[in-house]
Amino acid sequence: MAKIFAASDFAVSIQNLTHHYGDNEALHQIDLDLPAGQTIGLVGPDGVGKSTLLGIISGVKRLQSGKVTTLDADIGQKKQREAVLPRVAFMPQGLGHNLYPTLSVQENIDFFARLFGLDAEYRKTRIAQLLEATSLAPFFDRPAGKLSGGMKQKVSLCCALVHNPDLLILDEPTTGVDPLSRQQFWELVDALQAGNPSMTVIVSTAYMEEAARFSWLVAMDDGKILANGKTADILKQTGQDTVEKAYISLLPEEKRTQASGFSIPPYQNTDPEPAIEANNLTCRFGSFTAVDNVSFRIGRGEIFGFLGSNGCGKSTTMKMLTGLLDATSGTAKLFGKPVSAGDLNTRMRIGYMSQAFSLYEELTVKQNLVLQSRLYRATEKETEQRVDDALDNFELRPFADISPADLPLGIRQRLQLAAACINTPDILILDEPTSGVDPAARDMFWHHLIDLSRNKHVTIFVSTHFMNEAACCDRISLMHRGHVLAVGTPDELMKKRGETSLEAAFIDYLQDQMSQDKDNRDNQTSSSNVSLENISDNKKKATSSPLWHWLSYVWAFARRESLELLRDKLRLTFAVAGPIILLLVSAYSISFDINKISFTVCDQDQSNESRSLVKSFQGSSYFTEKAASSSLAEMNKRLSDGTAQMTVDIPAGFGRDIEAGRHPSVGIGISGAMPFLGANIQSYATNALLQYAQLSAQGLTHSAPSSLPFSIEPRFVYNQEFLSIYTMVPDTIMLALILIPTMLTALGVVREKEIGSIINLYASPASTRQYLIGKQLPYVAIAMLAYLSLVVLSVTILGVPLKGSFLALSLGALLYNLAATGLGLLISTFVSSQVAAIFGTAILCLIPAVNFSGLLYPVSTLTGISYHVGRCFPASWFQLISLGSFTKGLGFTAFLTMYGALTGFALLYLALACVLLRKQEL
Amino acid sequence: MRRWLINVTLLCAKEFRSLLCDKVLIALIVFAFTGGVLAVADGVKVEVSNATVAFIDHDHSTLSNRLRDAILQPYFKPPILTDTQQAEDGMDKGNYIFAIDIPPNFERDVLAGREPSLQIRVDATAMTQAGLGTVYLTEIFYREIKAAIPLSSVTSAVPFQIDSRIYFNPNTESYPFMSVMQIVTNITMLSIILVGAAVIREKEHGTIEHLLVLPVSPSEIAMAKIIANGWAIFIASMLSLWLVVHLWLGVQLSGSILLFAICTLLYLFSVTALGIMLATVAPTMPQFGLLVVPVYAVAYLLSGAATPVENMPTSIQHAVYFLPTTQFVNIAQAILYRGAGFDAITQPLVIIIAAGILFLAFALIRFRSMLTSQS
Repeated sequence: MAKIFAASDFAVSIQNLTHHYGDNEALHQIDLDLPAGQTIGLVGPDGVGKSTLLGIISGVKRLQSGKVTTLDADIGQKKQREAVLPRVAFMPQGLGHNLYPTLSVQENIDFFARLFGLDAEYRKTRIAQLLEATSLAPFFDRPAGKLSGGMKQKVSLCCALVHNPDLLILDEPTTGVDPLSRQQFWELVDALQAGNPSMTVIVSTAYMEEAARFSWLVAMDDGKILANGKTADILKQTGQDTVEKAYISLLPEEKRTQASGFSIPPYQNTDPEPAIEANNLTCRFGSFTAVDNVSFRIGRGEIFGFLGSNGCGKSTTMKMLTGLLDATSGTAKLFGKPVSAGDLNTRMRIGYMSQAFSLYEELTVKQNLVLQSRLYRATEKETEQRVDDALDNFELRPFADISPADLPLGIRQRLQLAAACINTPDILILDEPTSGVDPAARDMFWHHLIDLSRNKHVTIFVSTHFMNEAACCDRISLMHRGHVLAVGTPDELMKKRGETSLEAAFIDYLQDQMSQDKDNRDNQTSSSNVSLENISDNKKKATSSPLWHWLSYVWAFARRESLELLRDKLRLTFAVAGPIILLLVSAYSISFDINKISFTVCDQDQSNESRSLVKSFQGSSYFTEKAASSSLAEMNKRLSDGTAQMTVDIPAGFGRDIEAGRHPSVGIGISGAMPFLGANIQSYATNALLQYAQLSAQGLTHSAPSSLPFSIEPRFVYNQEFLSIYTMVPDTIMLALILIPTMLTALGVVREKEIGSIINLYASPASTRQYLIGKQLPYVAIAMLAYLSLVVLSVTILGVPLKGSFLALSLGALLYNLAATGLGLLISTFVSSQVAAIFGTAILCLIPAVNFSGLLYPVSTLTGISYHVGRCFPASWFQLISLGSFTKGLGFTAFLTMYGALTGFALLYLALACVLLRKQEL
Repeated sequence: MRRWLINVTLLCAKEFRSLLCDKVLIALIVFAFTGGVLAVADGVKVEVSNATVAFIDHDHSTLSNRLRDAILQPYFKPPILTDTQQAEDGMDKGNYIFAIDIPPNFERDVLAGREPSLQIRVDATAMTQAGLGTVYLTEIFYREIKAAIPLSSVTSAVPFQIDSRIYFNPNTESYPFMSVMQIVTNITMLSIILVGAAVIREKEHGTIEHLLVLPVSPSEIAMAKIIANGWAIFIASMLSLWLVVHLWLGVQLSGSILLFAICTLLYLFSVTALGIMLATVAPTMPQFGLLVVPVYAVAYLLSGAATPVENMPTSIQHAVYFLPTTQFVNIAQAILYRGAGFDAITQPLVIIIAAGILFLAFALIRFRSMLTSQS
C-alpha cells in the first residue's frame, strides 16, 4: 500500500529511456520523474526530442527501450497501457491537426467523447460545460475546418478534456496562435488546473516567455534532460531572472549563444515608387468576404508587418499579391506593374513562403534547395554556391541529406525561408515564417531579414503572431475579419492606444473592434469563469453488457465516418453514380452476339455459281459486305489494316469446275487477331457455305438433314434468346460492386495516416478492430445503396428480370460488400501512400474481376493459377450468386457455399487488416 | 523555349525521385507488367477451351461410349458421367456449361432408323463458350456417328471444298491476344492514376501552389508530370512486351516494334493528360479515386480489348471511335498481330493526339482555378 502511494506522487516516471529514428538518436538515456497535480512545462528548442518524449509518455509512440510509467501503468505493457489510456489525454502538435475539418465543433468533441466510451447523458452535459467554458458555445455547429487557428486549438483542448483525464499532455498548443487567443488559451488551462487540482498537465513549448507561467519546469536539449524541478528553484539555481536566460545558462558551454538584441538601422526610403501597392483589394469566396477593401503601399526596402488573428485575411491578401489568387475587385501592383498570373519575370523578383510547409518531402533538404534555385534560373554553378550559402546561413547543414518529413516543424520552417531567400529576390512575402520556430532560430531569421532589407534593399512583407517581431517592422498593419484596423509604425500604434507594449495595444484594438461586432460578442468573453471541478466521477460507461460497450466504440467510428461521408457530396455521388454508369455502358455496348462480320470478296470467276455463293453471305445478317477486292494482295492488305475481318476468294473457273465435279476450293481468310472472333467467323462461314451447298445441289434441298439417322437438339437454358445483356447485367453488378466499394475504403486508413488524424486512434482506448469495423460500416451501407440502385435499374430500365430470390441475392450482395470493403481496408493498411492505395486497388481488383471471375470467361474453364486466383477472390463467388439469381432463378439453398466463401473472405480481410494496422506510432 | 525545356527537365528529375521513393508503388507497377500479364495470358481463354461437360448416359451402348470419348481436350474437359439431377445442380452452380443427354436405347433406335434425338443443354450465360461450343459438339457427334454407322455422307454432296484459313493467329490461341491487351490495359490505368494522383498529392501538400509562385508555368509542371510518369510507364510496358510477352510467352510480334513504341509514346501523352485533367476536376484524393474507377473501367470495356468493337451497337461504335483507348487497342492489334504499316494507323494516331491536346488544354485552363476553389 505504501509503495503504491509513493508511486502515485509521480504522474510520470521514466528510467533509462532511449529512442531512435533510424540512425538518429532522438532521446538519450532519460531518467525523469514528474510530480502529479502540477502544470509542467517542457522547454527546449526545436528538434531536441520534446514531441517524441510526450508521444511515448502518452502511449501514442511505441517504446523502444527503457521503462516509462504513466499514472502507475507500465507503458511498455500492452494491457497496462490500454488500461491507463482512458485517464490520459493527448493533444498533438499542429493547428487542429487531429480534428475533422468537415465535422462541426460539437460533432468533433462528441466523437472524442464516444472514443472514450462515455454515455449519452454524460456526453451532453460535459460538452455543454466545455463549450461554455471555452466560449465556443455560439459556434457549436461550425465546421472545424472553418475556424480560426486559436479556436481550433480550443476545440482540440475540449476534445482532450472531454473524458476528464488525470493527465493532460499538450504538445506546443499555442504555436501559430495569435496573442489574444493565446492569452485566452492559457487562462483556460490555468482555470482548469485550479478547478481540478489532481490533474497533471504537461505542456511543451519552444517559447520561454510562456514557460514562466508553469510551476514546474523540465528543460531539454539534444535528447537529454538539462534540468527538472520547480520553476522558482531552477531560476534560483542558475541565478537568472528569466526562464530564457536560465535555459541558456543550463546549456553546455559551447552552445551558449546569448540571444542578442537587434540593432535596426533606421529605414530610409530612397525610391518614391512603392514596391508593393494594393488599392481596394477585395476577395470573396462565395458569400464569404475574406479580404474587404484593403489598401496599402510598401516602399522599397521596407519591412512591413501584418498582424491579426488567425483567419483574418492575411494569407489571402498575400496570395493575391503573388498572383496565386485573383482579386475579386481592386488592384495589386508590384513595382508599379499590376500582378498577373502569367508574368514570369515579376515572379523572378518575388520570394514567397506559405504558412503550411510546401516543399517536397520526397526530396532531401539539399535537393529541395537545389531545385528551388535552378527553377529560379540559376546555373548549376551559381546554384552550388547559393545552396552552400543557404545551408550555412540558415544552419541547415546537419540536415542537408534528411527528408523534411523527418524534421521538426521549426527546422522545416527554416528550410522554407532558406528556399524563399535563395534567389535574393527584391520582394519577400512571408506568411507566418516563424510559427513553431524556437527563439534562437527566430533571432537568426530576423538578423537575416534586417540584413536583406537594409543592405540589399529587399522589400519584406511579413505576417506574424509575435509582438517582438512586429516591433522590428518599420510599419505594421492590423487586420481583423478582412479589414485593416490600423496602419503605422509600432510606436505610433502604441501611442494611439496609450499602451506601453505592442501586445497590449493589439489586444486593445481587437477587443475594441469585437465589441462593435455584435454578432461575435461572445467570442471575447473572458474564459475565467471555468468551473469544471464538479465533473462527476459517475462518468463511467453505460452499465450495460460488455458487448454493448464494445459496439459503442465501433459506433463512434462509424458515426464519424458517416458524417464525413454525408458532408462529401461529390464522393457520395461518385459512389452511387459510378456503378450505374458502368452498368449502363456494359449493358448497352458489350455484346458477344456475332453480327455484321465485314467481308470482302475477290471473285475471279464472275460466274452464276460464284455470284450465288457470295449471295449466301450477303443474305445473312451475320455478314456485311464491304467493297470487293481486285486482287489477292489487296485482300490481304484489307485484312491487315482491319477494314475487313474476312475475305472470300473464288478462283477463276470455279463455276466450270463445280459442274465438272472437280471440287474447286473456296478460300476463306479470317483475321484471327481477336481469337474470340476468329473461331466464330470460321464456324459461321462454314455453316453459310454448307447451307449454300445444300440449297444449290438440286434434289438435296431439304433431304440433307433427314439423311441422318438422328437429330441433335441444342437447348439454351437460362438465356433462351442467347442475348449478351442477360449475362452482362448480372456480371457487371459483380464488377461494379468490387471496383467501387473497394476504392471507397482503400483510402480510409492511409489517408488518416497522411493527414495525421490517426493519432486519435493511438491515443484512445478503442482497439484497431473497433476502428476498422466502424470505418467499414458506412461504406457497406453506401455499397448496398449502390447495389439496390443497380438491381432496380436492371429490372426496370434494362428489362433484365430477376428470376430468383431477391433476398437471397441481397444477402449475397451484403456479404460481398463486406468482403470488398474489407479488402479496401486491407490494402489501405498495407500501402504507404494514397497514390499506391489507389493504384493497388485498381490493379488488384480489375485484373481478377474482369478475367478470373466469370465476367467474360466462365471460371470453370480457367486453368492453372488463374483458376485458383479466381477462386481466391470474392468476385468469382458473387458472380455465381448474381448470375444464379438473375438468370437461373435460384434461391438461398443453392448459394450456401458461396455465402460461406464470401463470409470467409470478409473475415479474413478484416483479420489481416487488424494485424497490419499498428495501435502505436513507430 | 530553352527555359521551358530546362524547367521541364528539372521538374522531371524531381518527379522521378518521388516515384522511386514509393517502394510499394514500384512493386505494384512491376507486378502489373509481369505477374498481371502472365496470369491473364496463362489462364484466360476466349476461344472454346476446357469447357466443362456433363454426360448423362441413359443408353450405355458402344455408340454412346464412343460419343463420350470423342469429346476431347483442349476444347472440352473430359466429360463427367452423371445423372440428370446432378447435371442440373451442377449447371446451376456454374460447374458445367454443357450437359449432354443420351436417351435410352439411343444406339438401337439409330440403327433402326427411328431417328432418336440427342439433347444438349447449354448454359447460355457463358456467352463466349455456349454458341461455338454447341457447334463443335454437333460437329463431333455427326462425325462420330457417321464414322460408326456408314451412310451416304453429307459433305460429299458439297460440290466444292472449303479452304478456310485463319490469319495472324492460326490456332486462335488466346494468350498472344490477352497478354498484349493486358499491357494496354495496364498502360491506360497506370497513366491515369499515377499522373492524376501525383497532381492531387501536390495539391494536398501545397507544393503546387509553391511552384506556381516560382517562375514556372503550369504547362511546365504538367509536361514534367506527363514526361516523367509517361516515360516510366513506357519503359515498363516495353520491357514487359519484350521480356514477358515475347521471350517468356513466346508470342511472335509481327509488325514493327519501333512503330508500336512511337504509338505507345503518343498514347501515353494522351492518357497522362487525361489523368491530369481528372485531377483538376476532383478536389481530394478519395474523390479522385472514385472518379477514375468508372473512367478506366469504361475505357477498358469499350476499348475492344475485352470484346470486339464490331459487336457493339452502331451508335456506340461511332462514339467509341473517338476514344483514344479504343484507337490504341486498334493500333496495337494492327501493328503487333496484323503487321500493319504506318498508313493503316494514321487515322487512329490523329485521334489519339487530338484527344491528348484537348485533355491537356482543359487541364491547363483548370489548373489555377483548382487552387482557388480549395482555399
